[in-house]
Parts: sequence; C-alpha cells; structure tokens
Amino acid sequence: MKLLEVERLNRSFGGQVALHDISFNVGKGDRLGIIGRSGAGKSTLLRCLSGLDRPQSGRILLEGEDMAVLPEARLVLLRRRIGLVFQHFNLLTSRTVAANVALPLEIARVPKAQRHKRVAELLDLVGLADHAGKYPAMLSGGQKQRVGIARALAAQPALLLCDEATSALDPETTEAILALLADINRVLGLTIVFITHEMDVVRRLAQQVLVLEKGRIVARGTPADILDANQLDAILPPNLSQTPHDGSHAIVRLTVTAQAMLAPLLQMLEQQCQAKLTLLQTLPAREEEGLVDLVVQMDGLAVSTMNALQAHACAAEVIGYVPAYS
Amino acid sequence: MSRLILDLLWNATVQTLEMVLASGLLAVAGGLPLAVLLVLTAPGGLYPLPWLSRTLGAVVDAVRAVPFIILLVLLIPFTRMVVGTALGTTAAIVPLSIAAIPYFARIAEVSLREVDAGLVDAVRAMGGTRWMVVRYVLLPESLPGLISGFTVTLVTLVGASAMAGAIGAGGLGDLAIRYGYQRFNTTVMLGVVAVLVVLVMLLQGAGNVLARYLRHTQPTPRG
Repeated sequence: MKLLEVERLNRSFGGQVALHDISFNVGKGDRLGIIGRSGAGKSTLLRCLSGLDRPQSGRILLEGEDMAVLPEARLVLLRRRIGLVFQHFNLLTSRTVAANVALPLEIARVPKAQRHKRVAELLDLVGLADHAGKYPAMLSGGQKQRVGIARALAAQPALLLCDEATSALDPETTEAILALLADINRVLGLTIVFITHEMDVVRRLAQQVLVLEKGRIVARGTPADILDANQLDAILPPNLSQTPHDGSHAIVRLTVTAQAMLAPLLQMLEQQCQAKLTLLQTLPAREEEGLVDLVVQMDGLAVSTMNALQAHACAAEVIGYVPAYS
Repeated sequence: MSRLILDLLWNATVQTLEMVLASGLLAVAGGLPLAVLLVLTAPGGLYPLPWLSRTLGAVVDAVRAVPFIILLVLLIPFTRMVVGTALGTTAAIVPLSIAAIPYFARIAEVSLREVDAGLVDAVRAMGGTRWMVVRYVLLPESLPGLISGFTVTLVTLVGASAMAGAIGAGGLGDLAIRYGYQRFNTTVMLGVVAVLVVLVMLLQGAGNVLARYLRHTQPTPRG
C-alpha cells in the first residue's frame, strides 16, 4: 500500500472546474513536486490533500483512510498525520517561537514534559535553539519558515505538505530552506509533497513531478523529463524541427558534472569534435547529483561527434535541428 | 471648593465607577460569547448556521437601535425582576449591561474577523477542533483588539451612566445635572467635567498600554 493514493479527484466551485480527474500515488519517503501556474489548481489540490477541503468525487487515501468521505470527527484526527508548511508561514503572533512549535503537540494532548523535550529537539533541528523565547515578528522570513517547518514536524506526521514554502523568500534563503527540507527527507525518511510555481524548486527537491494545468495533470515524470518539455520550449528557437536538413545545425543537451564546468569545456569539445559549438543556455544545476545541463548548438553533427561528446559528458542528447543562418 | 462639594464629587465618582466597571464586565461576559457565535455561524464561518447568525445579528442591532434613555425606561420591569428594585446604582447596572452587551459584541466581532484566515487553516490542518481554533487562534490573536474594544466600551459606558441619573442611580452625570445645571452651581459642573475628563483619559491610556503590550505583530525596537 502506498502512503498516499489519490484517485480520480474532481473538485469544482460553482461551474468552474478546479481539479479534473487527478490521480497519483506517493510512496513512503518520496519527494513529489506539483508544479503549475497560478490558477492551475495547485492550491485546491493541496487543500484537498491536507483535509481542509473535500473533493466532489474521487478518493484520497492516506495510510488507507479516505479523506474525501471520512466524517469530520475522524478527519480531525487524520489531519494530525499531516504537517503543513505555508507560503506565508501562518505563525501565531500571540505565541513565542517555542509555543508555536508546541501547538500541534498541545492539540494532540501530549504531556507538558514531553512537549518541552520535543520542542527543544525540533528547534535544534532547524537551527533556532537560541530563538525559542522570541515572537515571530522579531524573526526574518527564513527564520519564520524554519519555525513553520519545525511546527509541521512536531507531531511526527507521516506526510509533509509544502504550499509554496519558498515563494516568499529571497534566493539564498530559498536555497537554505530547500536544503533543510531535503535533509529532513533524507534523515527522517519523511515523505514530502510540495507545490510550487518555480521550476528551480522542483529541480532541486523533487524526485517525481506532476505538471498541473487548468486543473488537469498534463505531464508527469522525473524533473529532467519535465524540464526538457517545459524549459526547452521557452528557450529554443521556434523553428526547431525533429529531422535534419541539409546544412542544419543540431541542438544538443549535454549533461556534465559540475567539475567539468571548471575546465574550458566547450573549447575542448570543439577541438575533439571538429565542430563549432555555441552555448545557448545553461539550466539550473541539479545540486544533489552534482550535474549541470547545457544546451548547445553545433554546426556539424556526425556519429563520431556524438561519440566524442558522450565520452566527455555524462549524457548527450539531440533535441532537434534548426536551419543554418547564412 | 468646599468640603461638601468634594464629598459629593467623590461619592458620585465611586458610583460612576461602580456602574461602569460592573456593566463593563457583564458586557464582556455576554458580548464576547455572542461575538464568537456571530463569527462562527456566519456564512463561510467555521460552523455556518446562517439562520442563527441572522437572528442574533437582528437582535443585536435592534437593541443597539434603541436610544439608551428609552431602553432605561423600557427595561424598568425587567430590572425590577432581576434586582428587586428599579432605582439606584445597582438597578442602573442592568440596563447599562443590556445596552453594552450588543455594543461590545459588534466591536469584538470586528476584531475576531480580522484574525488572518491562514492561522485558522494552520490550526485546522494540525488537527485542531473548532473549539481549539477559538481557544488557540481567534481569542489570543484578537486579544489586543478586544482590549481596545473593551476600552471604547468603558468610555461609552461612562457617558451612558450619566443618563442613569434619570432612575436615581447617582453618579457624575446625575450630579452635574442636578447641582451644576438645575441649581446653577458652576463649580460642581466644572468639577464633574474635570473628573470625567481625567477618568476617560486614564481608562483610555490604560487600555492603550495594555493593548500595545499584548500586540506582538510589530517588531520591538532593539538596541
């Protein structure tokens, strides 16, 4: 049995369809990213997954219990198995950092002594042990989100849901929070489902991706698969064709290690392949694997060229061809 | 200022404070639950019961629509039933409370509604019951606003209690009318006004300090 099974979920508001026939599974320890533009239905999906909203039809099985039809009294208990991290943190302003983290434990009626111990552990984990007595208003955005994460972890949930958890943060803080989430996934084995509109976040954190558009899943796969489809579309010339023409240039995606980037890579490849290479785009690094994707244009492509490329790069793949400009 | 006038002023001040504080506390005891009920049962609230919300709202508005001096007279039979008499300071607390409950309820309702819906979501998502949402989110998060609203209610009660002189309740307003106005005693009149001004300023100042102390939404200046 999977940890989370979503089957044929439908949700509409009035006549407006927000989610249409959504199905996916999440196994224990997975990191699933759900990406989409605003209005794609991400938030509605997340509200259904967190038990704050109910779909009109379909099933949401968390540890075998169907959140879509569970009576409210039982749903309240099931929600305690889910930790939710918000874009705008949603910390109680009337409570200190420690008291915010303790709240899910108070709700679960954990005895006071145990509560103190757990809160101290969690603040340690997110690196805020020195800020226990402060009020959220005294913290920076990144610190607030760390409190939010500590709070979401407090009641030892089976599933961590993140709702645009880094969208209100600056790039460096985003990096740190994503690293923290990846750590939590690795060290605690906690399953993470996150929604975002940023491709970069998916690339850094997700193992599996769902692309949501107008309430439907339009693509699913690994970040690399999805990035091909989405990002390349945006940067490639519109006259890309799938077959070579006389004198056309090839567009190739090269995956290289981060170390290889330190050497004069393109120059080396040019010499080896006897072809002219133009760098079109560098895609954001896949940090965990230590890999970088480059999109290059080549003015000559032979089998030997591809062999040379493959020898130097971890992967080389022809994406398409463009006519040569005279 | 003669000793006699000072005595009069002192007694009147005590009576006014008695009426204002007693009816102020009753206003919170009745008005706060009423406000919570109005917020919870409103359409889109945590426990939507539109018919109840509408009915309560109508009752609240009806009581607030009646001028206090009329309410004072209308309630005489009810007051007599509750405290045994319709005259005096204790008797005045009944109509003052009846007027202040819906007044404070509406003010408290505004504070409760201003609590960020995201916080309600957060506690619900943690598996909090509706009661826990009220207990952990709505009340503590709106507390500074509730204190400010309570201060406004007290100041309004100081004004309203002046009218309670009409049923022999005593107090500062009554003193000003009988001695200051009807007997042309300017000293008493000015004395009453001075005491009222000081009283209102003290109440408002204390309310402001308390509300500011409880409000943690602004970063406190450091260093």
